[in-house]
Amino acid sequence: MKVEYKAVSDIAGPLLFVEGVSGVKYGELCSIILPDGEVRTGKVLEVHQDKAMIQVFEGTRGIDIPESTIVFHGKTIELPLSPDILGRVFDGLGKTIDGKPPILPDKRADINGSPINPYAREYPDEFIQTGISTIDGLNPLVRGQKLPFFSGSGLPHNRLAAQVARQARVLGTEEEFSVVFAAMGITFEEAEFFHSDFERTGALERVVMFLNLANDPTIERLSTPRAALTAAEYLAFDLEMHVLVILTDMTNYCEALREISAARKEVPGRRGYPGYLYTDLASVYERAGRIKNRKGSITLMPVLSMPEDDKTHPIPDLTGYITEGQIIFSRSLERKGVSPPIDVLPSLSRLKDKGIGEGKTREDHADLYNQLYAVYSKGKEAAELAVILGEAALTDIDKIYLKFVDAFEEEYVSQGEYENRSIEETLELGWKLLSMLPKRELKRVRDEFIDKYYSRYRKEASGEGGDLKNPIASDRLEKKETKKKER
Amino acid sequence: MKNGRIIRVSGPLIEACEMKGARMFDVVKVGEEHLLGEIIGLDRDKASIQVYEETEGIGVGEPVYLTGEPLSVTLGPGLIESIYDGIQRPLKIIQEEVGDFITRGVSANALDPEKKWEFIPEKKKGDRISGGDILGRVKETVLVEHRVMVPPGVEGVLKEIKKGKYTIKDTIAVIKSKNGKEEKIQMEQRWPVRKPRPIKRRLPPTEPLFTGQRIIDTFFPIARGGTACIPGPFGSGKTVMQHQLAKWTEAEIVVYIGCGERGNEMTDVLNEFPRLKDPKSGEPLMKRIVLLANTSNMPVAAREASIYTGITIAEYFRDMGYSIALMADSTSRWAEALREISGRLEEMPGEEGYPAYLGSNVAQFYERAGKVECIGEPDREGAISVIGAVSPPGGDLSDPVVQNTLRVVKVFWSLKAELAYARHFPAIDWLTSYSLYLDNIRDYFDREIAEDFIKLEQEAMRLLEEEAELQEMVRLVGIDAISSKERRILLVSRMLREDYLHQNAMHEIDTYTSMKKQYLMLKNIINFYHEAEEIDADIKSLENLDILTDIARMKYVEEEKKEKLVELYEAISKAISGVTAKREEEQ
Ligand SMILES: Nc1ncnc2c1ncn2[C@@H]1O[C@H](COP(=O)(O)OP(=O)(O)O)[C@@H](O)[C@H]1O
Ligand SMILES: [Mg+2]
Repeated sequence: MKVEYKAVSDIAGPLLFVEGVSGVKYGELCSIILPDGEVRTGKVLEVHQDKAMIQVFEGTRGIDIPESTIVFHGKTIELPLSPDILGRVFDGLGKTIDGKPPILPDKRADINGSPINPYAREYPDEFIQTGISTIDGLNPLVRGQKLPFFSGSGLPHNRLAAQVARQARVLGTEEEFSVVFAAMGITFEEAEFFHSDFERTGALERVVMFLNLANDPTIERLSTPRAALTAAEYLAFDLEMHVLVILTDMTNYCEALREISAARKEVPGRRGYPGYLYTDLASVYERAGRIKNRKGSITLMPVLSMPEDDKTHPIPDLTGYITEGQIIFSRSLERKGVSPPIDVLPSLSRLKDKGIGEGKTREDHADLYNQLYAVYSKGKEAAELAVILGEAALTDIDKIYLKFVDAFEEEYVSQGEYENRSIEETLELGWKLLSMLPKRELKRVRDEFIDKYYSRYRKEASGEGGDLKNPIASDRLEKKETKKKER
Repeated sequence: MKNGRIIRVSGPLIEACEMKGARMFDVVKVGEEHLLGEIIGLDRDKASIQVYEETEGIGVGEPVYLTGEPLSVTLGPGLIESIYDGIQRPLKIIQEEVGDFITRGVSANALDPEKKWEFIPEKKKGDRISGGDILGRVKETVLVEHRVMVPPGVEGVLKEIKKGKYTIKDTIAVIKSKNGKEEKIQMEQRWPVRKPRPIKRRLPPTEPLFTGQRIIDTFFPIARGGTACIPGPFGSGKTVMQHQLAKWTEAEIVVYIGCGERGNEMTDVLNEFPRLKDPKSGEPLMKRIVLLANTSNMPVAAREASIYTGITIAEYFRDMGYSIALMADSTSRWAEALREISGRLEEMPGEEGYPAYLGSNVAQFYERAGKVECIGEPDREGAISVIGAVSPPGGDLSDPVVQNTLRVVKVFWSLKAELAYARHFPAIDWLTSYSLYLDNIRDYFDREIAEDFIKLEQEAMRLLEEEAELQEMVRLVGIDAISSKERRILLVSRMLREDYLHQNAMHEIDTYTSMKKQYLMLKNIINFYHEAEEIDADIKSLENLDILTDIARMKYVEEEKKEKLVELYEAISKAISGVTAKREEEQ
């Protein structure tokens, strides 16, 4: 049922207030028709007696109070869906913007979706090989996981996201991921980078893009990820595809939410973001996953830039509280020339444990990453100590730890943008690095794995501390020395 | 049903007028779709209602129906192994009825009304009975015997009691009360969630509640009937710890509340628990658990209700004389739900926007924990231990939810991000955590574990504290500048950290350690220290001892083979006596 009103009473930022209405429903979609015929889209945020508060996606600029007409549609915002959405480009409200004809829908779905019944979920446990060691080896991604990138402006998060989209495979299957890509407030160039990468690799016909660029209306950023996830749910749960969703940049999304909250004069939470930011983000992120007895899956990779590189800022903080881990980018590693500059220690994949091991990756995977973490973190401590007291003040064993840090960052963390390492390669690289250390330092690994893997790279010399005789360690030492000289 | 009319809709909050006769906390049905809501504010005939379902599509003018009943749970056989949302709707049935996504307006019975249970009476015709008396028993699962109780407040003489197979709705007993009225008793009863169930009296907690987690049981134990909190930033191990406690805690029944957190974490419980075996009985752990899942994407008002639903179910089992462990992950999400509703009510905001009554609500919740003497016959004691996770923004402990929680709970397990980054799990900071139950339960340790356990524990803690100071010193002057005595402290405390405190939840053996094994492990490490001290052992030689590897692997020794650790004790003494010899040779 459509009802028309000419009753705009007030405008505040992106909000429109109308009076003298009746039968308006909370959350419903409306059109605002300007005197020149322009039509904008709104959503009812609150109804009170005969008044309604409307959020206007395209912004309120130019809306003329007495002359604009409001039409209420009696339903929420819906996305038209059919298999033809693949290969197409939409705006943040789900309208096609690639100049091709509109979608002839098989069905329409409310972009807000509905919560997946926790009882209906299937636990994600299928390892995805991304070909990137810091992810596959240390923070494995599984099908149906939500794993964000916490980055900072100017860091290569988009390049890494594109690399994941290019390389991601589930071992043992040739199936490729469909990609739903949502841009919120990023530049044209950044969006174009993804587009041309998809085009170059021939992936475009498996990609759906939702674009809200830097110069597009900010409030539309609130519907962009929801439209994208609605498309993803359709592809995954109706068409049985495995879908990788990239949302970039969620920080811009959160800022749009803050704008609305400020216009509503709500009591602000931390740093001006609304108190319900957590719940709101969860309504986006929790749409990822797998469902029992359904073939498809939604793997979600939100990208966000941490304001001031601060991990405790509400946006990364609340994201980390919802997502199943996080991959953190570090500016200091970037400066050091480590690329991709992934800060391994605070990064985490919460779903790794059931996605790896025998029959999935390899039996030693869990022990190995636990050990690498322990050693790297101890090495970082030694490095700190060395900064204060000088390397000479370290114990012999701490000196080895220190060397490990450099080797690890240089060989394991660093990798080329087009370098696609198999999980075997990543695991072996881990053992090779661990072999710099004497066996008794490796407390997190089972004996059998020491015998089987570690021994390949290092023959323990009578349990003595003659560590520097270790072939690889000394090999590395030489390399370092020559490198230093070259400089 | 009387009805009012909606005048405002703002997210989960609705206002309605013409609500005469409505009472605070009564349940109402909202709109044409009969969405469930609860009255949380009254102003003459105007009511504020929090709605437990998505309110999209609801408009002004739609009806609100009064039910006259406060928000209540259904109690009876069939609770165990169930998974509910925050207002006790069974998620399994909802999935069967409406599919994989939760739509609104669905209602389903919390307990299966058709299932027949074998009821074995304990009382007989003519017995005088009153509230809390155990009428009879039902085998609910292999692990749980359900004790069917007379509902609180009911009193009289048993006119009839039946043995046999009945549903929860069938009459199993008839009571003639003083005024001659007859009252039919069913196995099912209802209780309002916001009202604590009655008890005879509270008892001081005097026994530890063992969890199989070494850092907790040895250093920061919780008492049976006690309260604890685990605050920490994301990724520090709150949920894994809550799962560990749900798995291994020596409680008879576990109520696990997933409050505003991840859906997959609930799935994890649903997958894992049926496979894991209770170390005592060998039966699947699922057979003793009630799950509540109101995940972050489910309606926020039902999240607020979920912890009350959970604790009321826990109280019901407590009243049967059981020991219950209740986990809430995370209480911060509950507090945020409270804040969101309060904000929409336009109440005066307190700290960080939380309502001024946050503190009293937190306290009231934890007050429902405790060890008690239950009402009714026969005499029995029950206990509820409550463990709440807290998720402060940025891990900042000055957060109002953390602070208000610390004011009431007696155990503080403080999670530290740096430990988690180094994958030192559980990432409980041994220097800042505390348990205020130690004095109450000391006797128990002396009596049941070992006379020297507390002494070992204290010595270990002293070493860890000294380590922290020594590390500071090393940072200033370098390792070579400290004495060999101090270096031995560093060596042994590293052992304590890596080989004792560190415990991998994902490792099939390490995940659980019995008290006996904890004692043996600790004793060995402290023995190492004493033996080395005794002879002023050379640090380099100590560091190179092969026995260090055996100490590091103590945690992987199976429970059945823990006698090996006794042998290791001797081996340690022997290995260190070898060190002296070596030193003398060198000299
Ligand atoms: N006791 C433990 N043993 C092994 N791994 C753990 C342990 N505790 C936490 N972890 C690891 O840390 C990750 C995050 O823990 P989690 O409990 O989900 O954190 P939080 O709930 O505080 O955000 C887990 O996915 C797991 O990999
Ligand atoms: Mg958690």
